[in-house]
Amino acid sequence: MKERKYHHYFRTLLTIVAAASLSGCSWALFDSKGEIGIQERNLILTAIGLMLLVVIPAIVMTVMFAWRYRASNKDATYAPDWAHSYKIEAVVWGVPILIVAILAVVTWKTTHSLDPYKPIESDVKPLQVEVVSLNWKWLFIYPEQGIATVNELAFPENTPVTFHITSDTVMNTFSVPQLGGMVYAMAGQRTQLNLIANEPGEYFGQSGNYSGNGFSAMRFKAHVGSSEAFDSWVAKAKASSDTLDFDGFKVLAKPGEMVNHRYPIHPVTYYSQVQPGLFKQVIDQYVVGINSNKTLSAAAPVEVGVEKE
Amino acid sequence: MFGKLTLDAIPFHEPIIFYTVCVVAILGAAIVAAITYFKSWGYLWREWLTSVDHKKIGIMYIIVALVMLVRGFADAIMMRTHLAMSHGDNAGILPPEHYDQVFTAHGVIMLIFVAMPLISGLMNIVVPLQIGARDVAFPFLNSLSFWLFLAGVVLVNISLAVGEFAQTGWVAYPPLSGLQYSPGVGVDYYIWSIQISGLGSLLTGVNFVVTILKMRTPGMTLMKMPIFTWTAFCSNILICGAFPILTAALALLSLDRYLDFHFFTNELGGNPMMYVNLFWAWGHPEVYILILPAFGVFSEVAATFSRKPLFGYTSMVIATMAIAFLSFVVWLHHFFTMGSGANVNAFFGIATMIIAVPTGVKIFTWLFTMYRGRLEINSMTLYTLGFLITFSIGGMAGVLMAVPGADFLLHNSLFLVAHFHTVIIGGAVFGYLVGITYWFPKATGFKLNDKLGKYAFWFWIVGFYVAFSPMYVLGFMGMTRRLNHYDNPDWTIWMQIAVVGVALIAVGVAFIVAQLVVSFIQRKKNIDVTGDPWDGRTLEWSIPSPPPFYNFAVLPRGDKLDAFHEQKRGGLPAPSTVYEPIHMPKNTGMAVIMSAFATVLGFALIWHIWWLAIIGFVGAVATFIIRTYDYDIDFYVQPDEIARIEQAHLQKATQA
Repeated sequence: MKERKYHHYFRTLLTIVAAASLSGCSWALFDSKGEIGIQERNLILTAIGLMLLVVIPAIVMTVMFAWRYRASNKDATYAPDWAHSYKIEAVVWGVPILIVAILAVVTWKTTHSLDPYKPIESDVKPLQVEVVSLNWKWLFIYPEQGIATVNELAFPENTPVTFHITSDTVMNTFSVPQLGGMVYAMAGQRTQLNLIANEPGEYFGQSGNYSGNGFSAMRFKAHVGSSEAFDSWVAKAKASSDTLDFDGFKVLAKPGEMVNHRYPIHPVTYYSQVQPGLFKQVIDQYVVGINSNKTLSAAAPVEVGVEKE
Repeated sequence: MFGKLTLDAIPFHEPIIFYTVCVVAILGAAIVAAITYFKSWGYLWREWLTSVDHKKIGIMYIIVALVMLVRGFADAIMMRTHLAMSHGDNAGILPPEHYDQVFTAHGVIMLIFVAMPLISGLMNIVVPLQIGARDVAFPFLNSLSFWLFLAGVVLVNISLAVGEFAQTGWVAYPPLSGLQYSPGVGVDYYIWSIQISGLGSLLTGVNFVVTILKMRTPGMTLMKMPIFTWTAFCSNILICGAFPILTAALALLSLDRYLDFHFFTNELGGNPMMYVNLFWAWGHPEVYILILPAFGVFSEVAATFSRKPLFGYTSMVIATMAIAFLSFVVWLHHFFTMGSGANVNAFFGIATMIIAVPTGVKIFTWLFTMYRGRLEINSMTLYTLGFLITFSIGGMAGVLMAVPGADFLLHNSLFLVAHFHTVIIGGAVFGYLVGITYWFPKATGFKLNDKLGKYAFWFWIVGFYVAFSPMYVLGFMGMTRRLNHYDNPDWTIWMQIAVVGVALIAVGVAFIVAQLVVSFIQRKKNIDVTGDPWDGRTLEWSIPSPPPFYNFAVLPRGDKLDAFHEQKRGGLPAPSTVYEPIHMPKNTGMAVIMSAFATVLGFALIWHIWWLAIIGFVGAVATFIIRTYDYDIDFYVQPDEIARIEQAHLQKATQA
């Protein structure tokens, strides 16, 4: 009777786990839709696989040794003074060293091939997008198209996109998990991230770095479609009656108001025209010697991560 | 007159906080009333508060840490409950400005005010006994360390009732923690509570490095030290190296906030990336400060209860030193996504995964300690087994994130949160719980109830997996940490499972409390008369439980590893019974007074009450100077007194 009751609990538990796993296709990091994301996902799986070579034996040995050498098992060998063996110690140092060495090679190679600053090889000319994190929304400027949007990205499939990233507030990270990794957005600095989408779709984007009370509202959608779809999206933005200059930007940059104990996500907004050089002007606000009469040092805009060869 | 402090600072309008404060106030009043009723103030002051005895200081550390653990855990319950509800149209139970304080406080409290004092407490109780010393090198400094730590605790708890705590996350990155984005007093509470208690931690570090280097019993060379002492030694070296960096980083942040400097904000050429570097140059060694002593505990327990010496002692020592060294050259892995070049990222990634080598060696060393042993299964060995499995998994998750290409996806996700809770709960917390259980009879004279300990273990470990496995999944689903609200319906079920896990851990915590209470009530039954309840191997078990205030009537020999085990089987001579006068420090209340002034100083700085800050500062310095000119700080215990105390212990042991 008691056994059946446990059986019942067990089945309920299984049902819950199964129900939860059914949403498996929403495991964004494993459901990559772009080359970079796919490589990074494969890297995760490779690294886990390599490490399981040590971790599984360690776990199995824990259970086996504990069971075999439990005090009540008088049949097991007992060696009360045995505490040293060159052979075993060579193995316990050697095997981890070997695996870490392999992983180190993989790391060195992939860190270079997946460097967010590295342009993606493609016949298609990369699309330029300038990203500004604000309290608590994202501004996306398309300098080549002359448009800007708030909280909505769009780009054509199979086209590399170079994101130039800065912040007009505290630190954030710009992240579209299904397309690949993230990079920090920092005021006064320009960071860079190269991504590509190889499948059409709608992907969620967010900030990965806590940026204050309205942080949860730093969400946006990235629409990926054919180049015609992208063109018509640009045309839609061009049709907007709103335009964005630096003064307008300063208004936009102000934090939103709390409604019902949370900060609502800023509605998607399109700007048909953007003042040229707005992105640089946003950065320059924080760079001494350019827009400031405080001339302690004449620093140029900081380009993070551009290595001098 | 009162700076920024007005009546508005008291959160009458926040019901959750206000009722908590009321309950705490009533409890506090009840304790004060009870002490007064039982006329215990004199006893408390003479025997505990002014004590410079490392064993008593250790016990006080652990008591405060356990109280703070309950507070930090209450924060965890609130966060998990909130996030299980706060999706779609539901705003959850906590508004953002409150929720953001809760996760910040949770991090700061668990690391600085729970884990650190648990380490200090265990080291205080154990290290001098293991190396055959009569106290630490600087007993007064030790008392001061504890009281400075307590000043930090007081400040962090005052923030609940007066004002607010930081809303920045426990890392407090500028510019968010700068004046522009955090104009309130929250970040100031953060700064001063950590600065004052951090000074205490640094002094502890200095104290124990000197104690271990200079006060070992005759014959005990470094390579004959018990392994817990080794890990404590490395941990304290890390404290000495790392805490000054934190102090400096927070001092610069204070200059930014108080005197309009711009080290970390963009005006005048400042740069927040410097703070991020400095913070993690402390923050990464800090996690090894937390974990190394736990490794030491598991080593002692594995050897004792396998009835075998520790396997590969030399390997273990080398591995510990290697981890300590490497922990200083990996800090950048906390921000691979900050735009460093591929060479820099790859260097720090590989440096990080190299730490997995000595750590892996340790895991196998514990396994081979059990191999061909006679493993006694009790709550302590269960935790050790749970640790071996959990830490292997957590370590794997850690090495995964050391690969920059993988970290680009996993950075700041709930996967990260799951990873560090796996290694901190499965490693550090389990280690401290085992350490407390293992040395409890040594410190108090009676054992803990093991049955309740086993129940606690099962609820902790099952609860842990139920609470944190979902977070690994959520990380893979792309959920970031510190979200206050989310719209993705797929995430909800996992958040709800996590709450069940937290509830199970809560039962585990309740069992630990029950274990302490029941064991205290049954202390006569669980009494340890021999001083060696576990058939121990190291010197702390060679003296009575609790030890006399001078620890060792005659210094033992430490020429061999597992010195007491050797003594018991005749490999080393038992100490003679010819007593010589013992030089001991006198109790002093100066540390209490200095820290009271330090608390006043911190509070005044937080609220910009400058005249009070001057009083606090001058008071603390003056007390220190007065103490410096006090030459009546020590005394000798005479042989006849020692003989009397030792005889009494012997009688108790033979009677039972």
